[in-house]
Amino acid sequence: MLAEVGREDEEKWLAEGIAGLQQNAYYMGRALDTNNLRDALKYSAQMLSELRTSKLSPHKYYELYMRAFDELRKLEMYFKEETRRGVSITDLYELVQHAGNVLPRLYLLCTVGSVYITSKEAPAKDVLKDLVEMCRAIQNPVSGLFLRSYLSQISRDKLPDIGSEYEGDADSVIDAVDFVLQNFTEMNKLWVRMQYQGHVHEREKREKERNELRDLVGKNLHVLSQLESVDLVMYKETVLPRILEQVVNCKDDLAQYYLMDCIIQVFPDEYHLQTLETLLGACPQLQPTVDIKTVLGRLMDRLSNYAASSGEVLPEFLQVEAFSKLSTAIGKVIEAQVDMPIVGAITLYVSLLTFTLRVHPDRLDYVDQVLGACVKKLSGKAKLEDSKATKQIVALLSAPLEKYNDIVTALKLPNYPRVMDHLDNETNKIMAVVIIQSIMKNNTCISTADKVEALFELIKGLIRDTDGGAFDEVDEEDFKEEQNSVARLIHMLHNDDPAEMLQIISTVRKHILLGGSKRLPFTVPPLIFSALKLVRRLQIQAGDVGEDAPTTPKKIFLILNQTIEALSAVPSPELALRLYLQCAEAANDCDLEPVAYEFFTQAFILYEEEVADSKAQVTAIHLIIGTLQRMNVFGVENRDTLTHKATGYSAKLLKKPDQCRAVYACSHLFSVDDQDGIKDGERVLLCLKRALRIANAAQQMANVTRGGSGPVTLFIEILNKYLYFFENGNPQITSSVIQDLIELIMTETQSESTAADPSAIAFFNSTQRYIRFQKQKGGALGEKYEPIRV
Amino acid sequence: MVLVLALGDLHIPHRASDLPTKFKSMLVPGKIQHIICTGNLCIKEIHDYLKSLCPDLHISRGEYDEDARYPESKTLTIGQFKLGVCHGHQVPGHPMGDLDSLAMLQRQLDVDILITGHTHQFKAYKHEGGVVINPGSATGAYSSITNDVNPSFVLMDIDGLRVVVYVYELIDGEVKVDKIDFKKTSTTASAH
Repeated sequence: MLAEVGREDEEKWLAEGIAGLQQNAYYMGRALDTNNLRDALKYSAQMLSELRTSKLSPHKYYELYMRAFDELRKLEMYFKEETRRGVSITDLYELVQHAGNVLPRLYLLCTVGSVYITSKEAPAKDVLKDLVEMCRAIQNPVSGLFLRSYLSQISRDKLPDIGSEYEGDADSVIDAVDFVLQNFTEMNKLWVRMQYQGHVHEREKREKERNELRDLVGKNLHVLSQLESVDLVMYKETVLPRILEQVVNCKDDLAQYYLMDCIIQVFPDEYHLQTLETLLGACPQLQPTVDIKTVLGRLMDRLSNYAASSGEVLPEFLQVEAFSKLSTAIGKVIEAQVDMPIVGAITLYVSLLTFTLRVHPDRLDYVDQVLGACVKKLSGKAKLEDSKATKQIVALLSAPLEKYNDIVTALKLPNYPRVMDHLDNETNKIMAVVIIQSIMKNNTCISTADKVEALFELIKGLIRDTDGGAFDEVDEEDFKEEQNSVARLIHMLHNDDPAEMLQIISTVRKHILLGGSKRLPFTVPPLIFSALKLVRRLQIQAGDVGEDAPTTPKKIFLILNQTIEALSAVPSPELALRLYLQCAEAANDCDLEPVAYEFFTQAFILYEEEVADSKAQVTAIHLIIGTLQRMNVFGVENRDTLTHKATGYSAKLLKKPDQCRAVYACSHLFSVDDQDGIKDGERVLLCLKRALRIANAAQQMANVTRGGSGPVTLFIEILNKYLYFFENGNPQITSSVIQDLIELIMTETQSESTAADPSAIAFFNSTQRYIRFQKQKGGALGEKYEPIRV
Repeated sequence: MVLVLALGDLHIPHRASDLPTKFKSMLVPGKIQHIICTGNLCIKEIHDYLKSLCPDLHISRGEYDEDARYPESKTLTIGQFKLGVCHGHQVPGHPMGDLDSLAMLQRQLDVDILITGHTHQFKAYKHEGGVVINPGSATGAYSSITNDVNPSFVLMDIDGLRVVVYVYELIDGEVKVDKIDFKKTSTTASAH
């Protein structure tokens, strides 16, 4: 309510002010037209009196000021005309000082002063010095700021700068600078004084008003930056020190923040580089509430961009030791501002790191130094809980990854893992995933065991439980994703040299075995296959490698065996079984019969003792049969033992159809060439007959339990098996045997109790079509098929 | 023109970390009408990735697949062709006596085009009036059966009675393309 009233009042006062101003301006205009200088001065003074108000906020005051400004231009033009007509400018200068009130008097003086300088009847520096001093009479902040702003505006093009027409003798160069600096200093003092006006509870309003006026103060710095006379030397020796003196001494945090930022934005980066020490030296002297980290961050950003703009400026950075100065300054600021929250310090380090990566990317020692400073700051404290701070640390650690696109470089930084250690478990894992993703994205290959060791240390949060307990809270989906990334990572670890590769494998193994039963099913398989690839590579390499060589397939198989064994802790029998079979095949290819046999033994033991689920058993036995069939390293005895076992288990599967299929699958086991080159046709037939018996039994069971017929499909499948071996030249399988089976199937499919099973009928039809097809082929095959009738 | 992508045996993350970059950039969503996958993805992430390429996804179960619910075999009709997919680890006798052992499967599923995997070796041939295709391993994953595995996948262009099989193979870092034409001789299954 009060604010509403205030605003309404303000609008009213502004309207009144504008009305008064316009009225006097009108009369002033009339007086100028009739060459009535006295009246003109009288009315102009009255007009300017409106600016004496202290009721308006800066925003509204500005509107009044702008109108006055425009009107004063007319006056100035008139003065110029007058001097051309011969009126003495010094007389004018004296005349306007008769104005009653100080503020209008000063505005008029400045206006005449402008003409004075243009007339060149006195050196610019003298007039300016006079004016800037006289403005001291106005101590009201708002009026004072605008008055001095007016002085600055009208003097802008008349400064005795180098190359300007107002340049006086050699000394006057400094006078332009002096003038602007003095105006700036006085304006800043006024601006700061605003903070202490009014009631305590109006502080927010005051700060808002101050912010509206800040550009008036900052403009002076802008002017300084544009002066020709302000070269690097002048800036370094005079301008910057004087500005900083005011900045530090005013002890006002609003002013300090704004002005530091202004300096950085307004003056060239080259100057900043060369005055780095001075500039940074002011930072610890500022008020503790000043957000100096943002300022420093902006400075480092500008300097980074400067460095990026051209390669030629880089040596300058080295020459001024930019890095060490910034690094020291940041250290001092952090030390001085004891209450700075941890996130503030980390943010500073992030800016410094960004700077370093841009300006000195090749200086890994600098990068490590920044990380080290961070470690120091974090050490002695408990693990971070502040999420903003941890976000900044992730940014800190991600920066080198993104810059170098190569984890190997990051691995060279000794402080990198130390920073990671200070993250809480959750964030540590997030960072580890970031690292893995960086490797995957860049297709980085980690090629030595040492680097692998360093890498796995870095990502240890994913590899094992650190500071246990927190484990139970992990979301299952997230956990799977994490472990799958680790699995994928394992394939990025590679070296063509077998000895080194084996070292890598051993290193990985060492780490993953610490992972606990939840992680092993994810991490063991990729390691196994990585090792199997190595085995194959060794196998392909020509030449006999002696038993004492460091890397032999046998040694690797030993490691493989022990590693797969670890899965028993999970337990993961189905997975382990598959892996044992893979190893068996690899051992087969290396001609290592005992090793292959051992792996088969392990697979069978798992099947016997651990694989209980009937569906899993079916898949498992088929895998065993499939793998065994491909083995060619076994002697007769070993082969017989394993085949016998496989057939036995096949017959013992729970469901009859599964039994049937597994048994006829075993028929292929007997079809392998033995050492005499003879295929055991007899046993193949026995196997198939056994399958047939089981199929019959299944049929009967179906009749009893369901009242319908059972799986005709089984018979058709067995028929197809007969055809396979028939074509393969098995002498035991004759056309009459096949004919019998065909008759049997036909009877079954035509019987009423056969439930119409379209897929079975289709299967039989396609089989019959096939037989006809073969008959038509002619030649030896056609002859064979000739007796079969379909 | 119907485009069907056939691929499988990726074995991610057990045997490979990801599809080759060059393949990934070729497989863009929205261009393919059907995907047939022989199995052994192995994880849900890969399933989701394939689904994002094309929602009509057909998968048969490989022995390492995380999801045990994929079917042992599947048949579907696309245009004039009946297609069947089965991983192949279940087929006895395979891959020894390769053609013949798969033949039984083809007869059993009664399909024109049989797609299987397991060997990680690309194959495409005519057999008894039908076609048998093995798209190989899309990641070039290790196989106990095949020694030198190059990453490969197959794209089938089905148009009326004709199917053109394009095989993409990554050899020494370059993608090589080959194509084979098949024509169905009638609209009924397996004519000779």
